[in-house]
Amino acid sequence: MWTWFHKLASPPHFYRIAGLVTPWFAWPALVLILVGLYGGLVLAPMDYQQGEGFRIFYVHVPSAIMSMFIYSTMAIAAGIGLIWRMKLAHAVAAASAPIGAWFTVCALATGSLWGKPMWGTWWVWDARLTSELILLFLYLGFIALRSSIEDPQRADRAAAVLALVGVINLPIIHYSVVWWNSLHQGSTMFNPGAMSIEMKWPALAMLFGFMLYFGAVLFVRLRAEVIRRERSATWLREELAR
Amino acid sequence: MNLAEFLHMGGYAAFLWPAYGLVLTVLVYNVWSARRAHQEARRAAARRLQMEETRS
Amino acid sequence: MRQTGLLHAGALLYARDLKLAFRRWEQVTQPVVFFLMVTTLFPLALSPDTAQLREVAAGVVWVAALLSALLALEFMFRSDYEDGTLEQLVLSGQPLWWLSLVKAAAHWTVSGLPLVVASPLVAVSLAVPAEAQWTVIVSLALGTGILSFLGAVGAGLTLGVRRGSVLLSLLVLPLTMPALIFGARAVDMAIMGDSPRGPLLLLAAMFIMSLTLGPFATSAALKVSME
Repeated sequence: MWTWFHKLASPPHFYRIAGLVTPWFAWPALVLILVGLYGGLVLAPMDYQQGEGFRIFYVHVPSAIMSMFIYSTMAIAAGIGLIWRMKLAHAVAAASAPIGAWFTVCALATGSLWGKPMWGTWWVWDARLTSELILLFLYLGFIALRSSIEDPQRADRAAAVLALVGVINLPIIHYSVVWWNSLHQGSTMFNPGAMSIEMKWPALAMLFGFMLYFGAVLFVRLRAEVIRRERSATWLREELAR
Repeated sequence: MNLAEFLHMGGYAAFLWPAYGLVLTVLVYNVWSARRAHQEARRAAARRLQMEETRS
Repeated sequence: MRQTGLLHAGALLYARDLKLAFRRWEQVTQPVVFFLMVTTLFPLALSPDTAQLREVAAGVVWVAALLSALLALEFMFRSDYEDGTLEQLVLSGQPLWWLSLVKAAAHWTVSGLPLVVASPLVAVSLAVPAEAQWTVIVSLALGTGILSFLGAVGAGLTLGVRRGSVLLSLLVLPLTMPALIFGARAVDMAIMGDSPRGPLLLLAAMFIMSLTLGPFATSAALKVSME
């Protein structure tokens, strides 16, 4: 099994396999997202208190979950790259960062757009939004550190250390923000706990759609990265001739 | 529910549609950006290989 | 030749760092002056009314101290990196995590401790009552300590990077937000007459975590930067 894994990580094999696998992620992603959109915008019943405005939930919560999921993925990939010195793992971390940062921006923007009609202000310092904001800072720090170091190997490894430090701090940051928010009679606007399945399922569809989407985009970026890092010509020549 | 009511979204239209619009734009952008990065990498690699060939 | 023991090596490094720092006295005093000036900004910007100042005092003292300590962070490894001493430390055969710990401790002594010493002045200027002074001192001692040990990782990662100081602040600030939350809360509670034990204990726990785990991350960061 180990040889299979090593084979997978070898650039020509990875490039080819990633190319084959991508459509299997991309098309289901599209279908799930469309289904989620239809379910969220049309099928799901209106919320008793929040009316139609509630529907922002179907893009806000999946984005927020993806932002955290991708950060964990990034940190795990960075750790693998650091410990086992796998270039592919570092490439996964590098490619994931901008996607994760964008999802964080989406979570913040949709959260803000949700909050304005509900609470009257464009920004609320509630626990979730504040945590998302700090997460955005962590993403931007990772991306900034990578881009400010010229040597690619050192950039990979420095950013990896940062990602690991960040992921260990993340639960601490999250819980201190939750605690801080509870002290000041914080607004707890997003409480999807008591929700029926009729209302919840479009969010799940969107979430799985987003996950498959992430996989597809990641594979495309990884293919680009593999080509960029590849020095030896032979398999590259054949590949480009196709 | 007809189209006008759907677009109106019970008065929340000004918040809801930008929210969905932003997320969908981000999704499309990331796909486009990834594919462009891939094409650029291929083009740059092809150029590099060509230069190596003409040099040798 | 006798091998230098761990403690002995640590003591040598610590003493050297302190001696060097006091030769460049401005590096010690500048953060303190910055601290005093920043705290002056708030009454100017808000109001000289003592009741109002007391309400924001906890946050202002803590944010000002954090930013002042952040200023000094970039110098932790910089001069050693530039003159080759850092390379010698890495190659010295002493465990790098231990040397990182000692360097961060020396850094705290030189930049964090002066802030802690200056904090009563600042607190008084913001109408903090006498009973809360002790909490200000303790919480800032722990907080600047956390910043030194956690910030060391950032300082190690950004060695030799252009405009590294801005990047360093961006990297380190999010990590210090939990300390800020609990530290400011402790001071606030003390000002209002409640016991600040809860937040202070959490702050102490964070300090212990950064003291024990920070040096390992710092040593990894230094190894990466020196490759």
